[in-house]
Amino acid sequence: MLDRDQVLHVARLARLELTDDEVDRMATELSKVLDHIEAIRELDLDGVSPTSHVIDIVNVLRADQPTPSLPRETILAAAPEPLNDGFGVPSPGAA
Amino acid sequence: MSELIDLTAAQAAERIRAGEIAAAELFDAYRERAARDELNAFTWVADAAPEANGQSGTPLGGVPVAVKDLFCTEGVPSQSGSKILKGYRPPYTATVVAKLAEAGAPLLGKTNQDEFAMGSSNENSAFGPVLNPWDRRRVPGGSSGGSAAAVAAGLAPWAIGTDTGGSIRQPAALCGIVGLKPTYGACSRYGMIAFASSLDQAGPFTRDVHDAALLVRHMVGRDPRDSTSLEYPGEIELPRAEDLKGLRLGVPEDLTGSEGGIEPGVRESFEATIKLAEGLGASIEPCRLPHAPQALSAYYLIAPAEASANLARFDGVRYGLRVAGDSDLVTMYSRTRQAGFGAEVKRRIMLGTYALSSGYYDAYYGTAQKVRTKIAEDFRAAFEQFDFIVTPTSPCTAFELGAKMDNPLAMYLNDFLAVPMSLAGIPAISIPSGLSQGLPVGFQLAGPAFSESRLLDAAHALEGAIGFDGRQARR
Amino acid sequence: MSTGTVQYEPVIGLEIHVQLSTRTKMFCGCELSFSDPPNIHTCPTCLGLPGALPVVNEQAIHFGIMIGLALGCDIAERSLFHRKNYFYPDSPKAYQISQYDVPLCLGGHLGDVRIHRVHLEEDAAKLNHLGASGRIHGSDRSWVDFNRCGTPLVEIVSEPDIRSAEQAREWLILLRTTLRQLGVSDVDMSQGSLRCDANVSIRPAGTTELGTKTELKNMNSFAFVAKGIEAEIERQKRLLAAGEAVVQETLHFDPITGSLTPLRSKEEAHDYRYFPEPDLVPVLATEGMLAAARADLPAELPAERAARFERELGLHADTARLFAFRAELGDYFERALAAAGANGGAGLEPAELSNWIAPLTERIGSDADPARSKVTPEGLAALATMVKAREVSRDAAREVLTLMVSEGGDPRAIVEREGLGAISAEDDGLGEIVDRAIAADPDAAEKVRAGNMKAIGPLVGYVMRETKGRADGGEITRLIRERLG
Ligand SMILES: [Mg+2]
Ligand SMILES: [Zn+2]
Repeated sequence: MLDRDQVLHVARLARLELTDDEVDRMATELSKVLDHIEAIRELDLDGVSPTSHVIDIVNVLRADQPTPSLPRETILAAAPEPLNDGFGVPSPGAA
Repeated sequence: MSELIDLTAAQAAERIRAGEIAAAELFDAYRERAARDELNAFTWVADAAPEANGQSGTPLGGVPVAVKDLFCTEGVPSQSGSKILKGYRPPYTATVVAKLAEAGAPLLGKTNQDEFAMGSSNENSAFGPVLNPWDRRRVPGGSSGGSAAAVAAGLAPWAIGTDTGGSIRQPAALCGIVGLKPTYGACSRYGMIAFASSLDQAGPFTRDVHDAALLVRHMVGRDPRDSTSLEYPGEIELPRAEDLKGLRLGVPEDLTGSEGGIEPGVRESFEATIKLAEGLGASIEPCRLPHAPQALSAYYLIAPAEASANLARFDGVRYGLRVAGDSDLVTMYSRTRQAGFGAEVKRRIMLGTYALSSGYYDAYYGTAQKVRTKIAEDFRAAFEQFDFIVTPTSPCTAFELGAKMDNPLAMYLNDFLAVPMSLAGIPAISIPSGLSQGLPVGFQLAGPAFSESRLLDAAHALEGAIGFDGRQARR
Repeated sequence: MSTGTVQYEPVIGLEIHVQLSTRTKMFCGCELSFSDPPNIHTCPTCLGLPGALPVVNEQAIHFGIMIGLALGCDIAERSLFHRKNYFYPDSPKAYQISQYDVPLCLGGHLGDVRIHRVHLEEDAAKLNHLGASGRIHGSDRSWVDFNRCGTPLVEIVSEPDIRSAEQAREWLILLRTTLRQLGVSDVDMSQGSLRCDANVSIRPAGTTELGTKTELKNMNSFAFVAKGIEAEIERQKRLLAAGEAVVQETLHFDPITGSLTPLRSKEEAHDYRYFPEPDLVPVLATEGMLAAARADLPAELPAERAARFERELGLHADTARLFAFRAELGDYFERALAAAGANGGAGLEPAELSNWIAPLTERIGSDADPARSKVTPEGLAALATMVKAREVSRDAAREVLTLMVSEGGDPRAIVEREGLGAISAEDDGLGEIVDRAIAADPDAAEKVRAGNMKAIGPLVGYVMRETKGRADGGEITRLIRERLG
């Protein structure tokens, strides 16, 4: 049900550079899983509202009061590429 | 020494309070055992006992706790079993871990797990599989396999883990200990490296039900930093019940029938436990949860969908692994994630991304959310007639390492009996009900939201009647 | 078909992002910052660290409801946050928490433009580019500053009710004034606290079907909004005239060259995979929250003010809008009006007074706030009153105003000092000058005498020149006709 092209498309959305081998394996495995899962589409769910939260609460709000921020050295200590007091990345505009 | 290790956590805390043993002595005893861990249960062990400033006066007395890798602990590796977070030491501590430390349970070490809590065998860890202390050729279950194995093997007096679709209950069952998944929202998720946000819940691993109650009562409570955490109504009570008089237990045929693939040994143990429950005064009757068999399918859409977004932050920009930093941005992202994630994590990211993608949302994610509604309704209806629903925790006992690694679907079916409760957000506990061919079997009790005290009470009475002996795993 | 004669009608909708001026970010307690050193306002939540969770800022909801009420929207009883998934270095979680299918506010209007929706979301981080230009193109390394990341934003989406670039600009100014008056944002385009994207399409005039639209980004001033839209309308017209089709795409407007270039998309196929944010619970707009927002609304919003200026004060519609949309002009005008009323005002009509605002802004710079000039509202009112009372001619008054702008002071004193008082009567010597004018141009005098009133111009001009504009035109005409009648 999932062909190679679909796998490649989804992998690109998810930013995963799969190997050729993985693409094939993913197509087979995911198809098998989806085949099993597909059964739920047979259920009669007309008029059933979806549940995204099991807890029935609303308005969990925070007062607009500042709390301390992290020191810059701390956050940059984990950075793969500290750059100019920030986090370096390949430029999205690079050719 | 071995005497110390044989104490339950509550007994140890009692002795510390009475001044019979020092908290540091207990800590060191466990620290040494954890450091010699041959099960690969730990990914990090504390160097020394923390300053014992008045810990003997705290409710948990200084009895140390092992913590699943995915709980962020300041300055301590918190890697969620993943290569992409190898060596990552967060600048803050998860609320639950901080609460336990405050209540007198200092951090003993971090335990191994399936990568990002995705798995039922602990074989999906970047730090290698965990071995089952009952039989080292077998898996401990997952995803909190390290925590379960550590407690079962006496490498930790108790531990915490997380349960998204059975990740506490199933390894507890396979390792012959007690594991509780609390009501969704009872414990703060702040600082837990997320797998599936609407399902993840922290809970205790302990040797007995009393310890589970003692530990979890200090984990629950509303956290202003977690919008989905709730004020726990009252306090979780320590269990005392010796019988089950007047309790109505429902056995959901929809789950325990042929579809669940329950092994004969597991079924035998389950039925024997049902008999014991009857002997303790409970009434047992079949009940219906008509949509529960579809829970696994709904779960394997909802959880991967949420995970696909939760794991998108691992992009090689702010922390963790980076690969191909000199290439263009998209290549850097894609190679970093390709190299940093294991096979199962990639599989679920793919599944979740697909389920949310344009044109498929309604058919997959939307439908799964509706199934979730029906499952929660099924439980509500059942709890009008029954106090608790009981099932085996896992359809099978600990299987051999590698046995299901090539068959994702077979692996997923391990969660068949555990995911319905996760989707409904209700509490469920697994207690050891005996051995099948020398391997532990788990018995699961599930109750309505916030019924933890009653659930623990019932589990306590049953535990007494079962008389499971876990010493064999603590050699 | 012959496209040369087809008249096209532009159809424009605006999407405006406004940073709210809360103290802290949308989902965490980090303080907002604007020009602070990089990466000093971050925490696990706004940095997207593993395990961190969002909690909604109550003040952002309050501001959101205020905006909704001010724009006449329906406030959703129950609104939701979704995750909008895309990978980009400015988005630390790789999803933006935003309201999607159930926004806080729906419907409404501002002036004659309908509002489609107003929703809350979080701002992205700032991406800086290495290299001399500091711009994205040609840079091979960039770095992220997360100070801005998580700043509360409202996104205001209009219906495609705007028909010209100028209308878009004017409406945006009205929106800015409205938001500024609500006190919910700095609404400063140059600082990025107000950002505007435009959806532009054109269609043959008189038809109702919408043409293919393009989205314009990066128009960071009111003038550029107008320029960008104008350029895009022209581009689309040229395409259609050449028999080509408009392609749906996002365009980047370069204000320096005026060019429009397609933007590379942030996410392939724009598949944002929205789904309800499981880390948050719904927002319920309670009666209490609505009442609190209502209580914080100003007594009169710009659109209402414009209506009042026009209806009650009899100002010209354009003037009324200008004064209301540029609140500083309206405020100045109302203070001057009060001052005129206080000194009797010689029956000065508000509309007459209003005519003095434009000459003032011409002299101080069209975007300047007159309250910051040396001309006080009292002074302007006094000058207008003097003109009305014919104590000074209109031309002389303009000269007085120029002096007031450069040195301030009371117009009466200036008139006195400069000898600019009106010459209005025979005995002021005006009669004499009129006689000289008639004598100097007998031709014109003859024509006027013969009933050709157009010929009076040169005679009046003569007197004006002679009196350096101090004489009243009406009075001069009267005196000439008296003599030639
Ligand atoms: Mg937006
Ligand atoms: Zn923050």
